[in-house]
Amino acid sequence: MMRRNDKLIRKLDWWTVATYMVLVLIGWISVFAAVYDPEHAHIFDTSQRYGLQMIWILGGWFLAVVVLLVPARVYALISNLIYIIGLLLLLAVLVFGVERGGSNSWLVFGPVHFQPAEMTKVFVAIGLAGVMSRPHFHIRSWRGLLQVTAMIVIPAALILLEKETGLALVLSAFIIVLYREGLPGWIPVTGIVAIILFLLSIVWDPLFVIWLCLGVCFIISLLLSSRKMPVLIIFGSFAAVWFLVPLVMRWFSADLFSYMDACQWLLALAAVLVVVLFIIAMRKKIAYLKILLLCFVSSIILIFSVGYIFNNILKPHQQARIETLLGIDKDIYGTGYNVHQSKVAIGSGGFAGKGFLHGTQTKYNFVPEQSTDFIFCTIGEEWGFLGASLVIFLYTFLLVRIIRIAERQRQPFCRIYGYGVASCIFFHVFINIGMTIGITPVIGITLPFISYGGSSLWTFTLLLFILLKMDASND
Amino acid sequence: MANRERQKTIIIAFIVLCMVILAGRLVFVQLINKEYKITASNNVLRYEIVYPARGLIYDRNGNILVESQFAYDIMITPRELEPFDTTGFCSIFNLTRERMDQMLSDIRGRRSAIGYQSVIFLRQVTKEQYTRFLEKSYKFPGFSVQTRSVRSYPSPICGNLPGYIIEADPSFLEKNPEYRAGDYIGRTGLEEYYEKWLRGEKGYSIYLRDVHNRIKSAYEDGAYDKTAVPGKNIITTIDLALQSFGEKLMKNKVGSVVALDPATGEVLTLITSTGLSSQYLTNFGSYYPQLLADPLKPLFNRAIMSSYPPGSVFKLVNGLIGLQEGVVKPETRYSCSMGYHAGSLTVGCHSHPSPTNLLQSVMMSCNAYYCNVLRSILDNPAYGSIAEAMDKWQAYVKSFGFGTRLGIDMPGELAGSLPGSALYDRIYGKNRWRSLTVISLSIGQGEIGATPLQLANLAAIMANRGHYYTPHLVREIPEDPSFRPNVERHQVMVDPENFRIIVEGMYQAVNAPAGSGATARQAAIPGVEMCGKTGTAQNPHGEDHSVFICFAPKDNPRIAVAVYIEKGGFGASQAAPVASLLVEKYLTGTIHPSRQWLYERTLEQDLLTRHLQ
Repeated sequence: MMRRNDKLIRKLDWWTVATYMVLVLIGWISVFAAVYDPEHAHIFDTSQRYGLQMIWILGGWFLAVVVLLVPARVYALISNLIYIIGLLLLLAVLVFGVERGGSNSWLVFGPVHFQPAEMTKVFVAIGLAGVMSRPHFHIRSWRGLLQVTAMIVIPAALILLEKETGLALVLSAFIIVLYREGLPGWIPVTGIVAIILFLLSIVWDPLFVIWLCLGVCFIISLLLSSRKMPVLIIFGSFAAVWFLVPLVMRWFSADLFSYMDACQWLLALAAVLVVVLFIIAMRKKIAYLKILLLCFVSSIILIFSVGYIFNNILKPHQQARIETLLGIDKDIYGTGYNVHQSKVAIGSGGFAGKGFLHGTQTKYNFVPEQSTDFIFCTIGEEWGFLGASLVIFLYTFLLVRIIRIAERQRQPFCRIYGYGVASCIFFHVFINIGMTIGITPVIGITLPFISYGGSSLWTFTLLLFILLKMDASND
Repeated sequence: MANRERQKTIIIAFIVLCMVILAGRLVFVQLINKEYKITASNNVLRYEIVYPARGLIYDRNGNILVESQFAYDIMITPRELEPFDTTGFCSIFNLTRERMDQMLSDIRGRRSAIGYQSVIFLRQVTKEQYTRFLEKSYKFPGFSVQTRSVRSYPSPICGNLPGYIIEADPSFLEKNPEYRAGDYIGRTGLEEYYEKWLRGEKGYSIYLRDVHNRIKSAYEDGAYDKTAVPGKNIITTIDLALQSFGEKLMKNKVGSVVALDPATGEVLTLITSTGLSSQYLTNFGSYYPQLLADPLKPLFNRAIMSSYPPGSVFKLVNGLIGLQEGVVKPETRYSCSMGYHAGSLTVGCHSHPSPTNLLQSVMMSCNAYYCNVLRSILDNPAYGSIAEAMDKWQAYVKSFGFGTRLGIDMPGELAGSLPGSALYDRIYGKNRWRSLTVISLSIGQGEIGATPLQLANLAAIMANRGHYYTPHLVREIPEDPSFRPNVERHQVMVDPENFRIIVEGMYQAVNAPAGSGATARQAAIPGVEMCGKTGTAQNPHGEDHSVFICFAPKDNPRIAVAVYIEKGGFGASQAAPVASLLVEKYLTGTIHPSRQWLYERTLEQDLLTRHLQ
């Protein structure tokens, strides 16, 4: 027993543990600053959130120790069981769930409130690792792909039914795991591009998004083509025609172009361009050009179908709901209020911040949800660019460290699980920080280790320390 | 699995790229864009406006005409509003439930425009309501009180003199960007003319507030607060006691009384009747529609805005011009047989001894005499044409301050009207009119119109024997030593020695023995050498207007008065008693026992029925 513990201490990845500790303490201090109340000025006061957060942290450490004492091979053995328990918990919520703050995702056992949706990450990571590490599993087979997709989509659908959209979307991060395990690269790339186009075509003018697509196509062609001149000539003449013809026509006061708006005109020309390029591609047998054209055409179809569905089929209240979900509402006193105030708080921090407990925006409650989803505001306002970028650096360090740990695992199960951990943390961090500074949709997910709350902290502690235990037992 | 090295690299690169995007966005939000910092301080700093006390207005003896007192507005902050005890709120402020609900829904409609601000919900609640509200304010989240200073008037005073203050309207705000919505500005009277001095400077206190607009602490311990600068007090030339006395005399009469100190041009009283009762001034906005509809036009400042026919008092001017032009001598006599007759034209006169010389014509106010005088002036062969003579006459009259703004320090002064040859050419055609055509000018009728202030100024000119000072209301602004009242000495075009005989006529009009035909014997004051001239201005709309101008004492005069009473009848019957009582009060401080009956009769006189028919 002593020898085992000695080995555990020796082989534990202390860099990761240290980063975890620092992030958790930053979280505690930030929660303290966010809900600071001079009447309860003591950070250990358990009547306040910061006192409670201390209890969550201590509980998290206890959990970590317990996890480190459980043998690592258990998870691989009962991975299916763990996954099924996870699904049953989600189903149980749908039946026995209690509504709390707009989502009915909570299970209540006496004084304990518990949100299985938050824990689903752990179950799915272990379940996926179990399935994908089987000797005959092949991700490039239809069967394999279908199996893992179902394993991700089913819990996500259950969570959506609990109205925890953000936590459902987190599961999409597992596509990183799939990519690592052999999923063709074009699938995640297509997915990411489709999401970006979807968001951009709602937020911006379709015309501008088409222009953007053309620009991207141009750059890709330029990079991939062996002869640069034809690409330059084709795109250059396209741009020239697009700009000059309406000018010239107006010069002769021809009314043709008053019947076409800029968007239609651009599309018409783009169609000509596509046909010309397609003929060139067929003649010269240039593979990349065909793919590029396919991407371009499907992008335009996506842009217009999104625009059409959004503006013509959805009713105004549905549009508003989507805009709210995406956090793109411009009404800074209405639904766009959170993001605006959050940016104001972070922006007012400047380079070095206003100092601990001197943040006016977060302290005086201008930012809602400031101890949970918008905790990054407190950091940005009180510690400024220095503190905020330090936090981003710590996460980056942690993620790279986790990937390195995953890569050095001898058992595929542990490696796949490790990537699952990295994917979840990455998704949470990027979306959460992104929404506080207005570049990602506001979908209401926590900042790992830092946000206030037991469910989130314990989930990520569990995720991380299972991996660390596997790593320590890796021989 | 070594062939997965590329995937690992790409995944790490992707993660690092995303993190760099976050950091890059932070650079923009925190380091480059300044807008967020400004919004943050707008968010968190609350400027509480501290309204300055408006300057006080004193009379010439140090009595307060207008002072400031506190008023309480109930403010509402929509974002703090929670369900509250509506019934309790309504009972404090005597609101009906429906009215309250309607006001609240109005406010809710403007909610996003108001943002975190507070707006006025109820204006100028009473002190009792304010105290009752304070006791229970914890029951009304979102409501607060703002204290502001409003005007009050220690003694009742004709409100047209000081004017009133009222909330600035949008068109005013557009023209005067230094004012903000909700500021009160002076309107009419001294309040408007001396707004610059009276208003003071607003201050503010800066507080840190939270999202609920709750004040958390003073910002930097008040280091950046600005204290309000109170408005400057102004000392007027008004004699409050005399003003009040005059207002009492003018009760139930429509017209105006203006008294000047002829030696300086200082206005001692400026009364408009029926005027604006000062009780309406404090909360003027709520009475405005009612006052506007009043048939007695209390908002109309008759003293400076009403152009009346001067009537017989104008004979003084014609007499002086005749003397100056040499067409009339003191010994010139004209006979009068109940009027002036020239062909089909008759200007009627009252019965008096005839013929009269110049002095007697003033004393008895003979119409026929002045018809002859005016004809002599206009048909004077020294001038090439009647038009030339007419314009010369116009220049004379203008030098007496008629047909021109005297420049009193009060907004809205009218110039009155003064005809010249151009006007008659326009009416009758060039060379189509004669001296007889304009004969009514001789007795102050026809195309001439004068304000009571101009008539008082004429009295001052008579008192000064040929000059006047710009009438003015403010003597001094103690906190602004650079302030000087805008006063000029004006010399009229008639030489001082020509005044002697006319002034003697005015003296006789008041003081000649009974049976002499003197018109203003009621105005005589025991022990005071009073000079006066009556006037009865024809009024096509009813009873004649009663006019009287006077000054006293005869030598070294201290007061010059004009009284104009609409539909008052003979000058001697209404205007002369008012003027002489005023002069007596000013010079002797009391009313002589032998004149008590006159005083009481004047007080009781009620002419309003003549106006309300």
